[in-house]
Amino acid sequence: MSAVLRAVLSDDLPRSRWLAAALIVIVVALALAPFLFPGAKSLNVAVKICVFIVLAASYDLLLGYTGIVSFAHTMFFGIGGYGVAIALARLSPDWGTVALGTLAGVAIAVVLAALIGLFSLRVRTIFFAMITLAVASAFAILASQLSGITGGEDGLNYRVPEALRPAFRLFDADVLGVTINGRIVAYYLVFVVSLALVLAMMRVVNSPFGRVLMAIRENAFRAEAIGYRTVVYRTIASCIAAAAAAMAGVLLALWLRHTGPDTTLSFDLMVDILLMVVIGGMGTIYGAVLGATVLILAQNYLQDAMAAASQATAGVPLLANLLHPDRWLLWLGLLFILCVYFFPTGIVGRLRSLGARTSAG
Amino acid sequence: MTDASITDNPPPVQARRDIAPLLLVPALVIVSLPLVGSPASWLTLTVAGLAMGLMIFVMASGLTLTFGLMDVLNFGHGAFIAVGAFVAASVMLAMGPWMASDSLWLNLAAVAPAVLAAMALSGALGWGFERVIVKPVYGQHLKQILVTMGGLIVAEQLLKVVWGPDQITLTRPPALRGAFIIGDVAIEKYRVLAVAVGLVVFVAMQLVLSRTRIGLLVRAGVENSEMVEALGYRIRRVFVGVFVVGSALAGLGGALWALYQETVTAAIGAQVMVLIFIVIIIGGLGSVGGCFVGALLVGLVANYVGFLAPKVALGSNILLMALILLWRPQGLYPVAKR
Repeated sequence: MSAVLRAVLSDDLPRSRWLAAALIVIVVALALAPFLFPGAKSLNVAVKICVFIVLAASYDLLLGYTGIVSFAHTMFFGIGGYGVAIALARLSPDWGTVALGTLAGVAIAVVLAALIGLFSLRVRTIFFAMITLAVASAFAILASQLSGITGGEDGLNYRVPEALRPAFRLFDADVLGVTINGRIVAYYLVFVVSLALVLAMMRVVNSPFGRVLMAIRENAFRAEAIGYRTVVYRTIASCIAAAAAAMAGVLLALWLRHTGPDTTLSFDLMVDILLMVVIGGMGTIYGAVLGATVLILAQNYLQDAMAAASQATAGVPLLANLLHPDRWLLWLGLLFILCVYFFPTGIVGRLRSLGARTSAG
Repeated sequence: MTDASITDNPPPVQARRDIAPLLLVPALVIVSLPLVGSPASWLTLTVAGLAMGLMIFVMASGLTLTFGLMDVLNFGHGAFIAVGAFVAASVMLAMGPWMASDSLWLNLAAVAPAVLAAMALSGALGWGFERVIVKPVYGQHLKQILVTMGGLIVAEQLLKVVWGPDQITLTRPPALRGAFIIGDVAIEKYRVLAVAVGLVVFVAMQLVLSRTRIGLLVRAGVENSEMVEALGYRIRRVFVGVFVVGSALAGLGGALWALYQETVTAAIGAQVMVLIFIVIIIGGLGSVGGCFVGALLVGLVANYVGFLAPKVALGSNILLMALILLWRPQGLYPVAKR
């Protein structure tokens, strides 16, 4: 049993009782979400957590493992989403179309990532951060300008394959009091594919290839001296990350049945991903899992708490504004800065050192 | 004897002055004339492009200098631009009657303190930013990018706390509205002002850098900061000074940009940052001259392409950057040590 688990997790165990507990809670809660938390909003939150775990994990492959900062990750996310959206909006809504759109989206994302990487990683990694920022914003503008293809600012609405529609029934009878309709099928599609992608990325980062990436992160010069072409490795890493991000975009597009600039390309999403990876813990896929979960939950439920706090302090002029629900990013931004300074290993690092201390003492 | 032989040698830097990038700007202006067609709209577009380019230069110059001097890439630079824009907007709104008056001098008397206040506050914020956010992460690029990005997020949110989440609308004072009409050529008055301010900043910066002792230290620091420290100068202090001045210039640029756009939003900084990054990459990280040429190129290309093919306007800047990097992978004027 333990050997199977090791193989599934690519020999990268949580190494902390607390971390393992948190991960088990997250996975079980997501696996049983339709039964544990019925209702449209909570299912939506669960899907978002799944998709953003993939997105944050793929970003961690770049930021945490390879040590390069990209601001174009939402662009690849968007390419995946738009690939499926455009295919479904133009062609008949069946699985062949979904496969076609997915393939096209992933292929474009990989080619674009390779081009940007070869172009900018050759000179200096710091160029990469700036060039990806420029390219991503150009892409966002392009997507909203080419309204004939992308639907412009409004985005695209389309029909998904029949098995994913709300009217579809997998079983005639209810299971545990829940009707298994197309939405729940769609949820499980998202969940299973996300799980597979996360495990696949763990396989990548724990392979010899992943070790080279970490070597480049620690000392690019030395890695090059040993004989690894750092440009090639960095570019391949950014291609893999782009492919995974595009897959995450596909999943979100299938769930939302709508793809627009706000849901996939906006810079706010990029900021969210950055926060997830850094707060969760850079350089470990588990960090992305925890970070994405914490941030999505905060986004959806912290605002309610802040609204209450803002009401309570309505008399105090500045404080009420500081606690306004729309200002939740302010507090997470501060947390982000503190994390970079004081807890560069994020929540995962904290949990692991906590575990180490208790087992030593 | 040895003294004489040293002074006889021509200074090596001036001997090989690289003018090819400088020729790009007039070349672009001339090539675009047949493309645009009518000389009147060509002249209007050229002035608009120069005005935009110089405003971007004012905002970008501080960023490129801090990078050249201390290898710090500040993603939070946009925050200073936004602060400048907001402060200038509030001061100008507070001076309502002077702004609305028809007299040029009263208008300028309202704009000048607004711009000064914007520069002072952005400069002060820059000082705080350097001390609190940037100082602990010298020499670590990854953390710099992350932390200054975090600073930008927090600053943007704080702006919304102080000034509210809605955009502020600003009308230009009457003296700066409208256009000079020469024949059938219309040149907006405000653009002329922006060109003038930009040129003044550029010339002043060049004079300070090439004629004063502090400029000498800054240039030496860009070349080799360790050697300057070894000679007994505290390069960190010079750096803080440059950072503050760069932030103040960003504030000035933000104020100019706010008057140009006539609206102010908290996202203004993040929007302009894209253009600024393109400019400093084109110019060569750390080079003021390159930044100037890059800014002019970006401003001109954006306006010409915006006229000829509006849909690909921002894409054109990316293309410009790609072409320049193919020609010179380190930017137009690469700074020697990197």
